[in-house]
Amino acid sequence: MSDVEIDRGKGAVVDTVAPKRHKRGTLFVIGRQPTRAAYLGIAVSVFVVIAVAWWVFSVLGIVPPIFLPAPNAVLAKMAQLAADGTLWTDLEVSIYRISVAFLVSSVMAILFGTLAGTYGFWKAAIEPFVDFVRYMPVVAFVPLTILWSGTGDFQKFLIIWLGTFFQQVLMVMDAVKRVPADFIGLGRTLGMSDQKILWKIVLPSAMPGIWDALRVSLGWAWTWLVLAELVASTSGLGYRITVSQRFFQTDTIIGYILFLGILGLITDQAMRAGEKVLFRYNRKRP
Amino acid sequence: MSTLAIHNLQKSFTINNKVKQVLNGISLTLADNEFVSVVGTSGCGKSTLLSIAAGLEDFEGGNVTVDGQPIQGAGMDRGVVFQAYTLLPWLTALGNIEFALKAAGNSAKACKEIALEHLALVNLSAFAHAYPSELSGGMKQRVAIARALSYRPKILLMDEPFGALDAMTRRQMQALLTQVWEAHRLTVMFVTHDVEEAVYLSDRVVVMGVGHIKEIIDVPLHRPRVEATCELPEFLNIQRHVLGLIRQDTTAQA
Repeated sequence: MSDVEIDRGKGAVVDTVAPKRHKRGTLFVIGRQPTRAAYLGIAVSVFVVIAVAWWVFSVLGIVPPIFLPAPNAVLAKMAQLAADGTLWTDLEVSIYRISVAFLVSSVMAILFGTLAGTYGFWKAAIEPFVDFVRYMPVVAFVPLTILWSGTGDFQKFLIIWLGTFFQQVLMVMDAVKRVPADFIGLGRTLGMSDQKILWKIVLPSAMPGIWDALRVSLGWAWTWLVLAELVASTSGLGYRITVSQRFFQTDTIIGYILFLGILGLITDQAMRAGEKVLFRYNRKRP
Repeated sequence: MSTLAIHNLQKSFTINNKVKQVLNGISLTLADNEFVSVVGTSGCGKSTLLSIAAGLEDFEGGNVTVDGQPIQGAGMDRGVVFQAYTLLPWLTALGNIEFALKAAGNSAKACKEIALEHLALVNLSAFAHAYPSELSGGMKQRVAIARALSYRPKILLMDEPFGALDAMTRRQMQALLTQVWEAHRLTVMFVTHDVEEAVYLSDRVVVMGVGHIKEIIDVPLHRPRVEATCELPEFLNIQRHVLGLIRQDTTAQA
């Protein structure tokens, strides 16, 4: 050991083995990012592993098919439902419901959230009330909404709206509050009226944050849609799940749940793609 | 004639139910086309003074006048350059300047012409169509300066505009600002904590203690000022004097 130390001081080439680096476990270092290929590979593997485990469980008969049908049985059932049109009719009804409710909820949330984020009066009027309602369980509103508005589409809108609006308002409000005070100061020094500042500075500035709030809340909206359709409904994806349960059609239930997951994934990706197009200016070009 | 006059200004904040007097009887007059810097330790109220002059903050007593007229909030007669760039991220460099010109009531064609002219003034013509996310800190601040100058305010108020820049860029920006100012004179109030910067740029340096003005120092250095100005004995003397005044405060506090 001591020889090596002396040589080092003289500038001689000593033990050239570099200190041990994390060669294999590179992705287990905090902050290290996988390549695109590695990311996709890992992501797909997780799906494959779970699918294989599912398949093994059902084929080996560990779980009876009435509780857990095999993946191929679920696929076959879904193909059949797609072919006879049941799936598409259910989808159409559900998409109609979620679209109307989500749109109304979002427009209202942007309106009230922006007001609460900018004007002291609206902040005091909206924030405490919304904070209160937000913690009321939406599920508990189901019987009440049926009592008030029957079992039609309006009741479904109401449940989705209750579940999303109160969350959205607070998120929009936060996005608006994050608009730098200097931006508003800039508007003032340019002699702009409050209304102009709101439209030309506050809203465009908060838009990326608002869009993100919409994307996150759209995910929840799917959950509220299914909840609304599980109870006292005569159509839609959620309705099909309840009916299938009555007849022990576990393959349909699992198929529909997976289908809902895929729908959620698609809408989320669509919103992300929209973000990239709408807010191109935030991207750094080389 | 564009003068900014502040007379016996009083301003206090209430923090945790305690009233804190931030400005106590500040009086200061900026003559036409004069470049005045305000220096002092952090928390002495220099930025508050600028915000009040800009009309972005209220005050309790005294008055602020532009050409003898009391100010009514913020207005286009006073352009402001903030420390945090404040370029609108969804507009290009050109778009940001056009935004101000449009607010000033110019036609679309005039907006573009004047905006391009001012981008050239700060040597950024090549970046007219770049978004703020693609610009460096120094470039962003140059756009902000071009924007504040573009609509020809009577008075330019700058709040530590180079505070967030690295030393090299800061130097370049100071040189650019003197150059622009010496070519297009206007009344400037420049808040900074960098004494060298203040002396280099200004006709007068206002040294603030907490809430009050300690001393106003004339800077009778020759213009145009160049890099070498910073090595002149007069420059160094003034700088030493200002530093001494500020140091009294910091030692008293420590």
